[in-house]
Amino acid sequence: MEHVTTIFAGNLQEKNDDKHIGCGECQTSCQSACKTSCTVANQICEQNQ
Amino acid sequence: MVHAFRIGGLRLALDVESGALHSLSEAAFCVLEKRIAGESYEATPDEAAATHNLTQLEQAGQLFSPAADTQVHTHMQKRKPVVKALCLHMAHECNLRCAYCFAGQGNYGTDDRGLMPLEVGKKALDFIIAQSGARRNLEVDFFGGEPMMNFDVVKQLVAYGRAREKETGKRFRFTLTTNGAFLSTDNIPYINENFDNVVMSLDGRPDVNDRMRGTGTYDDLVPKIKAMASARGNASHYVRGTYTRHNLDFATDVLHMADLGFQYLSVEPVVAPPSEDYALREDDLPALFAEYEKLADALLEREKTGKGVRFFHFDIDLDGGPCIAKRVTGCGAGSEYLAVTPGGRLFPCHQFVGDDAFCLGDLDTGVLDIARVHEFSHCHVLTKSECASCWAKYYCSGGCMATAHYANGSILKPDKISCELMRKRIECALYMLAARKI
Ligand code: SF4
Ligand code: SF4
Repeated sequence: MEHVTTIFAGNLQEKNDDKHIGCGECQTSCQSACKTSCTVANQICEQNQ
Repeated sequence: MVHAFRIGGLRLALDVESGALHSLSEAAFCVLEKRIAGESYEATPDEAAATHNLTQLEQAGQLFSPAADTQVHTHMQKRKPVVKALCLHMAHECNLRCAYCFAGQGNYGTDDRGLMPLEVGKKALDFIIAQSGARRNLEVDFFGGEPMMNFDVVKQLVAYGRAREKETGKRFRFTLTTNGAFLSTDNIPYINENFDNVVMSLDGRPDVNDRMRGTGTYDDLVPKIKAMASARGNASHYVRGTYTRHNLDFATDVLHMADLGFQYLSVEPVVAPPSEDYALREDDLPALFAEYEKLADALLEREKTGKGVRFFHFDIDLDGGPCIAKRVTGCGAGSEYLAVTPGGRLFPCHQFVGDDAFCLGDLDTGVLDIARVHEFSHCHVLTKSECASCWAKYYCSGGCMATAHYANGSILKPDKISCELMRKRIECALYMLAARKI
């Protein structure tokens, strides 16, 4: 496409299926590095490990 | 919802519900901005071609994707959170006296002082095992004050946890959060072997670090933190710092720590009441935004020369990353995550410790204040109006409830400055991903 370069096609809705919906095994976000804020997008999904 | 923004010479569009990210031509960006604003326009030939491209994205489900929250909504309503993470306050004492410490120089302003006895720690581990239901992975952070002031007990608790893992099939992930002062060749191998994550604090340049943390602390801490970080290699660890109004040029501090050889960095805005001279103010935001952008460019430059580092807040994995349910749940404080004081009292998280109004119970009774837990577990992106309509919701996950409470009197009302900084950091993270690809 002349006017658009897609960096990432998007897959958030795929992360909304039965396998992925909140199994809760992943890390608690505030614990990982900061202890003063929560950032979630850099967390790892245990189902994809 | 689409968030369109300019940064570092690029024009980016994030399709919030799909997570798609696009880099646009000037014409496409102008058309998109008008569409977002609901303005009608007469298209130039260039804009007509751009409009066509945007329509193609829309048809491919990569722009203006509809919210598919129903499934998440149902999940969030039905979910019964279990406790899966604890922050153990091993010591309400600290060898340093960092001026900005939210823990009130270690003691959290409470009379629940001193060191956590082994028995309390064991009860805490038994408690999380009992409360964690079917959840296998359990996280325990040895925190303080300074947890290494009570290191013998820490070690005994690690051993106790390992023994209980075998009986229960659970898996403990231990983190040590330390100022680094007690690290030595005697304990570094042990820590390296037994901890899943090690978080050490350093604020950056010598004068910046020593101003808030005490004269001479930089020189004392750096060699120790270096020794730990190099033993760690690529195993999870962070060197994390705090920036305040005194170093609005904190990018220089991040880069200083990168130059010291640290690979995994996190530097956070200070948590402080507005009355403090070092607290960040709303009118600092433009300078802070510029600083984050400067940092993003500087980190990209380092990557080109093979000297890249990971800066926690810019480290977004678009492809991986957790499910939507996790993204809307947030930190889990008060429901999935609790803090334990040396005396065995339970609080929603480390930031609430010392505020008796938030005490959720204690380990002796093992009973939690269910109404309060409920209040916390129902505080998430979908129940907070500001978050539900925020483009950053799937990356931020709703911000810090403690900051919200202390700034606005409600865990449901996110703090403006924190939100603004969070959104800027996410823009920078997306920018870095785009810049690497273009
Ligand atoms: S940036 Fe603020 S409004 Fe947006 S999701 Fe985070 S806490 Fe909510
Ligand atoms: S309330 Fe704030 S400090 Fe507490 S766990 Fe959540 S993000 Fe972290």
